[in-house]
Amino acid sequence: MSDKTMTAEEAVSRLESGMTLGIGGWGSRRKPMALVRALLRSGVTDLTVVSYGGPDVGMLAAAGRIRKLVAAFATLDSIPLEPHYRAARERGAFELMEVDEAMFLWGLRAAANRLPFLPVRAGIGSDVMRVNPSLRTVTSPYDDGETFVAMPALRLDAALVHVNRADRLGNGQYLGPDPYFDDLFCAAADTAYLSCERIVDTAELTKAAPPQTLLIKRHVVTGVVEVPGGAHFTSCAPDYGRDEAFQKRYASTPWAEFAARYLAGDEAAYRAAVEEDA
Amino acid sequence: MTTRAEYCVIACAEAWRGGGEILASPMGLIPSVGARLARLTFAPDLLLTDGEATLVRPDGTAEGWLPYRQHLELVTGGRRHVMMGASQIDRYGNQNISCIGDWARPVRQLLGVRGAPVNTLNNPTSYWVPRHSRRVFVERVDMVCGVGYDRAAGARHHRIPRVVSDLGVFDFATPDHAMRLASVHPGVTVEEVREATGFALVVADDVPCTREPTAAELRLIREVLDPGNTRAREVPL
Repeated sequence: MSDKTMTAEEAVSRLESGMTLGIGGWGSRRKPMALVRALLRSGVTDLTVVSYGGPDVGMLAAAGRIRKLVAAFATLDSIPLEPHYRAARERGAFELMEVDEAMFLWGLRAAANRLPFLPVRAGIGSDVMRVNPSLRTVTSPYDDGETFVAMPALRLDAALVHVNRADRLGNGQYLGPDPYFDDLFCAAADTAYLSCERIVDTAELTKAAPPQTLLIKRHVVTGVVEVPGGAHFTSCAPDYGRDEAFQKRYASTPWAEFAARYLAGDEAAYRAAVEEDA
Repeated sequence: MTTRAEYCVIACAEAWRGGGEILASPMGLIPSVGARLARLTFAPDLLLTDGEATLVRPDGTAEGWLPYRQHLELVTGGRRHVMMGASQIDRYGNQNISCIGDWARPVRQLLGVRGAPVNTLNNPTSYWVPRHSRRVFVERVDMVCGVGYDRAAGARHHRIPRVVSDLGVFDFATPDHAMRLASVHPGVTVEEVREATGFALVVADDVPCTREPTAAELRLIREVLDPGNTRAREVPL
């Protein structure tokens, strides 16, 4: 059994410019922000990012690391519009594959199942077809004869996700109300880096929680990173809620100023700056 | 005296009348009060969420689990009626929440298509517009997120039961499914609605008023569902 623990820096050092990168969580909820911060400290760029977008997308867009984005939205939840994503879109900073939330999910499922596409009853009739001219349709071979979008597999070079607990082998556990789609991101990716609030012994995982909280299985995980507060400032229930005050600061501070204050140093420096400004 | 916001709550609640045992998915404050009002009065079988992953009874008791992955399955299963917002909507019910201007380089980036395409092709989708204006009710939307009737040929589960705004209630009960003024809220004139709409509405000779709330409904809105009067923040009249 191999110990997969590594630092955020080690995880990011295995990523390369030009990769297709899936990022777990949803909006401003349980995003692998410490891994994103490590990515921002690295030189990795020219990324195709696949995400139910939140501040992960906003920060990478603001830093000019995204060549292409695959998404159905970008939001900070309590602040409906992601300001840095928005600014980047309005200056035409990257290519966008804008798809519906269900199309996005079916694309991940197709990749996880090694299928070239999955049929989905979403997108037909909408401008999703106009802005994605590469999308094809498929007609049911049965009596209904219905036409569907053939949503192509969203295969990923790497996935970044954050959960509440994990063991050193890569078994990942969520303890909040929603798993989001982190297991699918990992299964759709060639390599997956799992950060967690706390690494515990395998036996510890099911001492107080049922086995169905074990969302991510070790065979799809490449590296495990222990980083308490690793989803900050997004929520990571039940360990902590969203840091609304800090999120407001993120949304209202010019990017260069924000990056200089919070992203110039390592994760410890980030934590210290956050605490100092709280 | 009943406020405009309260007529809006009633008009939103009516969207779920007769829906049966389905999930009510209200987006926005007044639709949320409306859905819970319907659940407490004439539509007791409705399912409601806490806005995240739990199905809850009106008193907050959890009765089920509905994480996003299952919510999307429920959408495609069709047993749901969602009331979405609309940054733009046109005469056939095409809706936009993605961006304003040219999609390739938008003047104003908004949310993104979100689940509007999957919603409109799979379960009844109504809309809520808190500030009725020509900027929202437009001749053509810049990006079709929610599919309208003129683009829904062959979409067997497509239905837009109603659009509710701060001025009135609208539906598509016309031969070509063009938007019709179904009722005006008391205090609003038909002319006012026409003036605030960027396309020619279908208007009958006699447009009824949105119905009055019952005394019990008013009490529920004011004392149980929204005692802090947050509804007045969405519709100040």
